[in-house]
Amino acid sequence: MRIRCPLCGERDRREFYYKGAAVALARPDPGAGPEVWDAYLHLRDNPCGETRELWYHEAGCLAWLVVTRDTGTHEMVGAELASQQALVAS
Amino acid sequence: MRFSGLRVLKEGLFGNKGWTGHWRDPEPKNEYDIVIIGGGGHGLSTAYYLAREHGIRNIAVLEKGYIGGGNVGRNTTIVRANYFLPGNSEFYSHTLKLWEGLEQELNYNVMMSQRGVLGLFHSDGQRDAAARRGNSMINQGDDAVLLDREGVRKLVPYLDFDNGRFPIYGGLLHPRGGTARHDAVAWGFARGADSRGVDILQNCEVTGIDVEGGVVKGVQTSRGVIRAKKVAIVVAGRSSQVAAMAGMRLPVESHVLQAFVTEGLKPVIDNVISFGMGHFYISQSDKGGLVFGGDIDMYASYAARGNLPIVEHVMEAGMTLMPMIGKAKVLRSWGGIMDMTPDGSPFIDKTDIDGLYVNCGWNYGGFKAVPASGNCFAHLIATDRHHGAATGFRLDRMKTGVGIMDEEGTGAQHNLH
Repeated sequence: MRIRCPLCGERDRREFYYKGAAVALARPDPGAGPEVWDAYLHLRDNPCGETRELWYHEAGCLAWLVVTRDTGTHEMVGAELASQQALVAS
Repeated sequence: MRFSGLRVLKEGLFGNKGWTGHWRDPEPKNEYDIVIIGGGGHGLSTAYYLAREHGIRNIAVLEKGYIGGGNVGRNTTIVRANYFLPGNSEFYSHTLKLWEGLEQELNYNVMMSQRGVLGLFHSDGQRDAAARRGNSMINQGDDAVLLDREGVRKLVPYLDFDNGRFPIYGGLLHPRGGTARHDAVAWGFARGADSRGVDILQNCEVTGIDVEGGVVKGVQTSRGVIRAKKVAIVVAGRSSQVAAMAGMRLPVESHVLQAFVTEGLKPVIDNVISFGMGHFYISQSDKGGLVFGGDIDMYASYAARGNLPIVEHVMEAGMTLMPMIGKAKVLRSWGGIMDMTPDGSPFIDKTDIDGLYVNCGWNYGGFKAVPASGNCFAHLIATDRHHGAATGFRLDRMKTGVGIMDEEGTGAQHNLH
């Protein structure tokens, strides 16, 4: 499995640390209440198919990436810098 | 059909013509008291104990594939009760006791082999942790023996004791642990449930769960609508998809765990050994193959196959621990879908929907749990009360923070187990 880092090009999966579903881009308000925070921290869609995930290019450029990947086939659909995604989100 | 020495003799004398199928292949009825979604080890054992201990016979087990075709036939077959945390330890203690009586209980040879599980340690700190774990196991009423280096050498002389990086300091031996033949466990529970009237419906995929006014009414399946008073979800790696049919989201992420088996070899490893400094555990099957595995691949996956970095890690760990296996050829590797939870411990609980129950989150350790998981889940479904050995497996423990069971001590987060 190889990930196409926008800064470094296609690199081996071993260079990356997997964080999980890209929920961190939508962090709730501190006062949003326990239900919302439980959903954010623990509950997952966990889809079989295309999903957006956070990967950290730990042994490379140190960028956080939002990787679009198919969990059913391991196909890499795309990868973008999380910083740009966060700007779009805000 | 019951197995016995006389029966084997008689069948041998008369051409083995009297053996019959182990379970029926019935048509789905329109309605059952209880529908169990998932005909894996946990689902079958749930059905068995519902019939055996609670006298409920009008049950269907719905399996989208075939019996024994999922994780119950894809694991490394290890059975043990060497857990540390309250909540986990009494449950695994319960499951090991059920394992010990399982063959008599089921009248089925599951090839339960209490060959001992040896967990190695490679530092003073690990020795202290092993001693503490061993004491907790003994307090739980199970067995543990702390072995020093020479004690380990007597048992398994072929390890690389003086490895430059990870010398072996000793090990914690759990003599009552061992292995069992996983297919036979599925078949034995299937036959036991079927003979008590449970309908095992294979090639029956659930496509929807009917809920009206907060009460479960039944399921939609590839073989038609089936109404039910109670519905139980026991589908391991597919838990999120099935729960979503009832509008639920679970604290579960599905990951891939790989396992490996070598060509058949002469008997050489007569126990279960796990490395303390890399993720590697190994035993030898009765066919002679070395069966071993390591850690999950560490990314969400439903592909039922993994990637090479973990293959390399597992092989490296194996060669570090026991260089003698280096010439053995790996015949097969495969991957199973693990329902990983934030704290690494499972859920056996009711849901917010009346009559809907869920049993999931077994991470990479579900096989050993099969008897007690079904036993405790059956108790919950039949009585609506948690079984005494499984009071900690609450679905809301992540939300409340009460009773989190982080056995590895790495933190109760999704990507850490």
